[in-house]
Amino acid sequence: MLKISTSPHLQTPRDTRSLMRDVVIALLPAALAAVAFFGIEALTVILTSVAACVMFEYLVCRYWFKIPNTTGDYSAVITGLLLAYNLPSSMPCWMILIGAFVAIVITKMCFGGLGCNIFNPALAGRVFLFISFPVQMTNWPLPHWGSLFAPDGRTGATTLRMLKTFGKVSDGAQQMYTLDDLPNLFDMFIGNTGGCIGEISALALLLGGGWLIFRKVITWHIPVVYISTVVALVGILYVFTGNERFLPLPHLLSGGLLLGAIFMATDYTTSPMTIKGQLIFAVGCGVLTVVIRAFSAYPEGVSFAILIMNALVPLIDRYAVQRFYGEKK
Amino acid sequence: MLKKYTFPMGGIHVNKYKLTSASAIIEAGLPEFVTIPVKQHIGAPSKIIVAKGDKVKVGTLLADFDGVVSSDVHSSVSGEIIKMETTPNAAGYEETMITIKVEGDDWEKSIDRSTAIVREINLSPQEIVQKIRESGIVGMGGAGFPTPIKTSVPEGKKAEILIVNGIECEPFLTADDRLMVEKAEQIIVGARLLNRALGIQNAIIAIDENKPAAIAELQRLSKLYVGVNVRVCQTKYPQGGEKQLIRAITGREVPSGKLPIDTGCVVQNVGTVNAVYEAVLKNKPLFERVVTVSGNACANPSNYLVRVGTPVSYLIDKTLSDVAGLDKIILGGPMMGTPITNINAPVTKLTSGVLLLSGAQFCKQPSTSCIRCAQCARVCPAGLRPYVIKDAMLYDGGIDELRRLHAAECIECGCCAYTCPAHLPLLDYCKLAKQELRKK
Repeated sequence: MLKISTSPHLQTPRDTRSLMRDVVIALLPAALAAVAFFGIEALTVILTSVAACVMFEYLVCRYWFKIPNTTGDYSAVITGLLLAYNLPSSMPCWMILIGAFVAIVITKMCFGGLGCNIFNPALAGRVFLFISFPVQMTNWPLPHWGSLFAPDGRTGATTLRMLKTFGKVSDGAQQMYTLDDLPNLFDMFIGNTGGCIGEISALALLLGGGWLIFRKVITWHIPVVYISTVVALVGILYVFTGNERFLPLPHLLSGGLLLGAIFMATDYTTSPMTIKGQLIFAVGCGVLTVVIRAFSAYPEGVSFAILIMNALVPLIDRYAVQRFYGEKK
Repeated sequence: MLKKYTFPMGGIHVNKYKLTSASAIIEAGLPEFVTIPVKQHIGAPSKIIVAKGDKVKVGTLLADFDGVVSSDVHSSVSGEIIKMETTPNAAGYEETMITIKVEGDDWEKSIDRSTAIVREINLSPQEIVQKIRESGIVGMGGAGFPTPIKTSVPEGKKAEILIVNGIECEPFLTADDRLMVEKAEQIIVGARLLNRALGIQNAIIAIDENKPAAIAELQRLSKLYVGVNVRVCQTKYPQGGEKQLIRAITGREVPSGKLPIDTGCVVQNVGTVNAVYEAVLKNKPLFERVVTVSGNACANPSNYLVRVGTPVSYLIDKTLSDVAGLDKIILGGPMMGTPITNINAPVTKLTSGVLLLSGAQFCKQPSTSCIRCAQCARVCPAGLRPYVIKDAMLYDGGIDELRRLHAAECIECGCCAYTCPAHLPLLDYCKLAKQELRKK
């Protein structure tokens, strides 16, 4: 039986599923780093989060939308991984479930599912947890390279928290951090430092970013411009104030900057469509991140910066338009 | 390092599937019947000047051009006219066609059938255009715009460059490629004829780099002639689009709403240029063309020299291919061609290929939600945003929104739909948008 259809009669083998699978592959090095430094607890957080996100999407498709199951496109897996990467390893499982519910059901499915959400689901889930459970969300177990189980319940401050309190008396504990307290740059680079389980290892995140660019899932524009903006602005602050809390390299290697710039600001659905728009978006993310890191009560601003810029994406898309062929110059 | 020309905006790299680039052109021979449509061009249908029962020869005029935008149609075989009625064409539309029962192969005496190359051009520009008009030549790249109109520069405009389009960027097709290899000198002389008709001295033959044999042959021969040069372009789809090729070769863009001649360029397909040579210097009207019969389900992919009006089924039988189990038969290339179900439909002046395809990669996949990846906008050679045009059509953005999105600039190359990871039929929305805009 011969078929009739409109042209073209060829389609790329790169479908949504294949793109999303590449993102999952790109996220795997960070999972390995998380398990290497935080052991079985990190694995539990990752598995709980992924399972919960996939489950919520399945349930919504089956019982609410009554549409064929869409979890096969891997996007819920990505949301699950990203949500987990934004949590400390000591996060209780039931809180992760709440985060996954906010991410998948409220932020993604309520807006119409894949491609329709305004905000990055994983970030919305994380910020909800951050505001609801500030204690658990800022409890940072120390990394324990080489042992699957945490030797004791020791926790410590993250690099960004230490930077925030340089020269200040911290939290009534009469403790003042200095440059000597920071982990060395090599530890920050490979991930031997406190923090959310997926953000610690710059090395693993850069490997993933390289994979995404190599496989043409994303272009270099958003990550490079976002990161450069942050480093440049922090550098300017350092030069003008001379304050060591604005040292650019710790700001680059710690906190969620790399995770956010490579994996979350580049989310197709919640980032602008044109390269021009993406540049505006990336600069905006960078400026907001530095403003929050430098002047707010929070040590880290990546999540808020990306979410705020997410809200501006429709506006950016409206005005940052590419030139068409034959348009008057 | 040779500079390779290309257009900067959009474009895609598709699997080439050029199965027949080394297969020499074979004469397809004569079918029992041919069915010749009287409209094989853009514009008004031609006026039939023969009657049922008439005996015709190869090259006899069947239908005269009618109006400014129209074209002559000639018989491709000798024999008796047995039917003149409306029949569904390849795309399924009813069209007037002349059916001729083939008897022998008796050519009109005026046609020079020798293979000797005529190099002397002793005709005035007007005489050349007149010959082109009398020979029923239309743009053979697929658009079918009557060539005499393109060779007469309108009042107040000036031609500077003739671009001979040897790009053939559609997958599978090799008809132009083989023509350039085998009829290189005819094409060069044809380009010189068009140069003279346009009053210029500057023809550029553009070939993409995946045709090394054609490039070598044309480069060698073009050195012997004044005013004809070869340019090698990158292999990229849709490099062969008129606007894209002008941008690639000259760096100029056809302004929105204007014609290619406004950039001083005239673009002609190599098949057309070869037909111009044969018409002007050999007195041979356009009644046969090279057709690539190929596809992943084609048993013996080949390039055939086919008489216009030959049924597609005759060509399929020639390649010993089996129609049963095929998913699609396409006239033209897989990116812009038309799928057919009526395999008795005739080959026309515009049929560059017959593709026998089977497999999921050639069929529409179920579409999923748009993930806003913007790939469609990035590959659009017209610089449009197909995903927004889609939304405007789906949610009735209104005519002003379609104008704001410049939907009329779409060249229907299909890059957007090809590249969409959600398999959305983006080109369909763009075509609908163009239709809406034309209505107003």
